[in-house]
Amino acid sequence: MFAFLYNPDRFMAFSRWAAPLFGAIAAVLAVVGLWLDFAAPPDYQQGYTIHVMFIHVPASMMSLFVYLCLAVASFLGLVFRQPLADAAARAAAPLGAGLTLLALVTGSLWGKPMWGTWWVWDARLTSELVLLLFYLGYMALQAAIDDEARAARACAILALVGVVNLPIVVFSVDWWNTLHQGSTLFAPSGQGLAPVYVPPFLIMIVAYLGAFGALWLVRIRAEVWRRRANVLAVRAAR
Amino acid sequence: MLYLDAGKYAPYVWPAYAITVVVFVWLIGDSLMRARRWRRAVEAREKDAAADNHERDAAE
Repeated sequence: MFAFLYNPDRFMAFSRWAAPLFGAIAAVLAVVGLWLDFAAPPDYQQGYTIHVMFIHVPASMMSLFVYLCLAVASFLGLVFRQPLADAAARAAAPLGAGLTLLALVTGSLWGKPMWGTWWVWDARLTSELVLLLFYLGYMALQAAIDDEARAARACAILALVGVVNLPIVVFSVDWWNTLHQGSTLFAPSGQGLAPVYVPPFLIMIVAYLGAFGALWLVRIRAEVWRRRANVLAVRAAR
Repeated sequence: MLYLDAGKYAPYVWPAYAITVVVFVWLIGDSLMRARRWRRAVEAREKDAAADNHERDAAE
């Protein structure tokens, strides 16, 4: 289905219209989602801190999803030598790091009034911090190796090792007794999110997804151009 | 009606939104500037390559 994207020229033609489209959809959904968020009354338990949920949970979900995208792209680059796969993996890392940082900071700002502490070394928070370290490690390793092919291989292996952390982040609240609450969206009826919060919550998740899609495409385009520029510089030097 | 008054939780709610805006502005700005920089680099190098070819053809 996505085989046409393996060709850099076809990818550039596709992303030229897809990136602004995804960005526009994300912007519209973010406005609608935030409007519905602030139109909803304060939660009966958490009060106005419920507003943080609409930016914290989508960031947390996206931090995992982006890592999954990075890992799949790394796998395709490592095993099938797809020309765009390494570029896609490289482009995803800073986006994932930003979203993971956002999840940790907004979570801390939500945790202080609700738990009475900014940080606790429980399984969910710690595994999310480990996820951030994988992103930072990926970018540091890439910057440390001059040979791009060697850097891509080493980074791909690191990315695939980091996949082990994803189920730990997701299921940490079920496997261990954590201060962090369990899933509210998929909780049994009556124990989860109040119905009034569900539409803005889902809209914000899709908005974050659209924003990531747009930014990922823009960064992959930049990576394709960077490689073309380097090829032209080498040719000019001969 | 919008509930924009976060009450006693304002010191936690608004910084969370402010940091989200800052991170997204940085991600959007960095992505767009990176794309523009490398697109211009490709265009400049293609222009230089075309000029070199033209000079070489003229010399021959």
